[in-house]
Amino acid sequence: MLGLCATSAFLAIGVLALILGYVLFNGISYINFDFFTQLPKPAGESGGGVSNAIAGSLLTVGIAAAIGIPFGIGAGVFVAEMAGPRLAAVVRFTADVLTGVPSIVVGIVVYSWLVLKMGHFSALAAAVALAIIMLPIMARSSEEMLKLVPQSQREAALALGVTRWRTILSVVIPAARRGLITGGLLAVARAAGETAPLLFTALGNQFWSLSIAGKPIDALPLRIYQYGTGPYNSQHEQAWAAAFVLVTVVFCISLASRLLLTRRG
Amino acid sequence: MQTARSESVSVAASLLRSWRRIRIGDALFRLVVATFGLSVLVLAALMVWQLFFESHESISTFGWGFLTGTKWDPVSRVFGAAPAIYGTLVSSLIAIFLAVPVSLGAAIYLSEMAPPWLRHPASFLVESLAAIPSVVFGLWGIYVLIPWIRHPVETSLGGHLSFLPLFSGPPFGVGMLAAGVILAIMILPIITAIARDSLLAVPSSQREAMLALGATKWEMISRAVLQYCRSGLVGAVLLGLGRALGETMAVTMVIGKTYDINTSLFAPASTAASQIASEFSEASFRLYTSALMELGLILLGITLLVNVAARLLVWRIARSPGEIVE
Repeated sequence: MLGLCATSAFLAIGVLALILGYVLFNGISYINFDFFTQLPKPAGESGGGVSNAIAGSLLTVGIAAAIGIPFGIGAGVFVAEMAGPRLAAVVRFTADVLTGVPSIVVGIVVYSWLVLKMGHFSALAAAVALAIIMLPIMARSSEEMLKLVPQSQREAALALGVTRWRTILSVVIPAARRGLITGGLLAVARAAGETAPLLFTALGNQFWSLSIAGKPIDALPLRIYQYGTGPYNSQHEQAWAAAFVLVTVVFCISLASRLLLTRRG
Repeated sequence: MQTARSESVSVAASLLRSWRRIRIGDALFRLVVATFGLSVLVLAALMVWQLFFESHESISTFGWGFLTGTKWDPVSRVFGAAPAIYGTLVSSLIAIFLAVPVSLGAAIYLSEMAPPWLRHPASFLVESLAAIPSVVFGLWGIYVLIPWIRHPVETSLGGHLSFLPLFSGPPFGVGMLAAGVILAIMILPIITAIARDSLLAVPSSQREAMLALGATKWEMISRAVLQYCRSGLVGAVLLGLGRALGETMAVTMVIGKTYDINTSLFAPASTAASQIASEFSEASFRLYTSALMELGLILLGITLLVNVAARLLVWRIARSPGEIVE
């Protein structure tokens, strides 16, 4: 049995290596300069790139982070510092459960909130969907990080006559800074790879667009989905290249956050 | 006299001012932060309400029959969710069946057996699997997993076990089995990570007591450690299940698509999530959209149920007395 346990651990790592190996090996051979700088070619033609998708992903994830991270940290502060124990438990539990809501459900809800009301697919709708996914993750991680700040630091500030809100803003949050950044990075990494909530909010776009509210926008995960399921070989190659870029970005972010957290000790 | 009085007035005024500043600052801050915190609750409530609202038309047309209806036919405007619900449950059960033994084994190895220098890097690698985006799993599924499932997996299963209805029919590659396998890979890191944390929360006195009774290492793990944290382990499995039920992209890309219930695992199928993903943008009339929204509502209901159960179990183990090792 002990041997089987060890085997399963290495099986899990083996599967990871297999998937990453394929993505890296296949992706790197199709990556070139054009991939980052050109717009998509009409279907079936080779060449071209996904510059619009990269820009679109940066834009939507950026807006999502600008909404989701402050909301998440605020909710974390509320639960860790301000709320009574019962309310804190309710908010914490709801946030935990919200992290389990399927992302496609978030997608269709935001579709009926924003896309139907505004009349078009947009980067804003996509960003709101991603922010909804980031919010509970950010709230839970920032609560945990704020709890790690020693109680004595809060008491010291309060004893000096500093108000509660100044204590939290200028003592507690700076002390938990690194943990909060880690949580934010992980939430961004998660949002960058999400596809399902973008299907009916961002929609995808063949052309260059950085419009926030008026037009559909492209995103890297959407490109992978469309090209990966498309009929042409040239599209498959670009899907692998896009997967390579996406995986690299996501892994660099999570690695950076991990290094940030371990360096504290 | 005059100066003393004006002095005391100004002191009182400044005291009042600072008192007000303190109270107003704290009250404002509390208000702002409470807004953020309560937004979590409001968001959850609004999402459920919106889905109810959007699926109103489908609910009033089909009633409870929506859950059991086996026909999903946009042309004749008849919608039943049974095939999608069946596909969601069966693909997730395959995933659980495949992933649980491996992830529990891996968790036991990582918490009880691995040499200390290996624990952190190995845990990091297993958890990295969770960082890979779903759509990348799907891409890998299409080009690597599906050919492998078609041959040798389905050809050999079909060759030896074709008397079972589960393994009958032609090997498509694309289908329920492929979806189950890819889901198993995706939930493996989640179950492993949470199970490992539960195992680490078992007090070492439990282990020492068992070893002192002369138990072997495996007896110690199976009788003392696993017993002690079984609710945490069940919670870990349920969290994995919750993720599998709602997983969209990878499943949509490998499950094929059909409106029928097939007993064979080799046949294409649909899950609630994959059906929404592939049909929502084609839904050309209100009832169609509404039926897909109701499918989303059902999916949300199932995952909420599973997640609430899982969180309660995981919380219980986390709150139970005992030292945290690590």
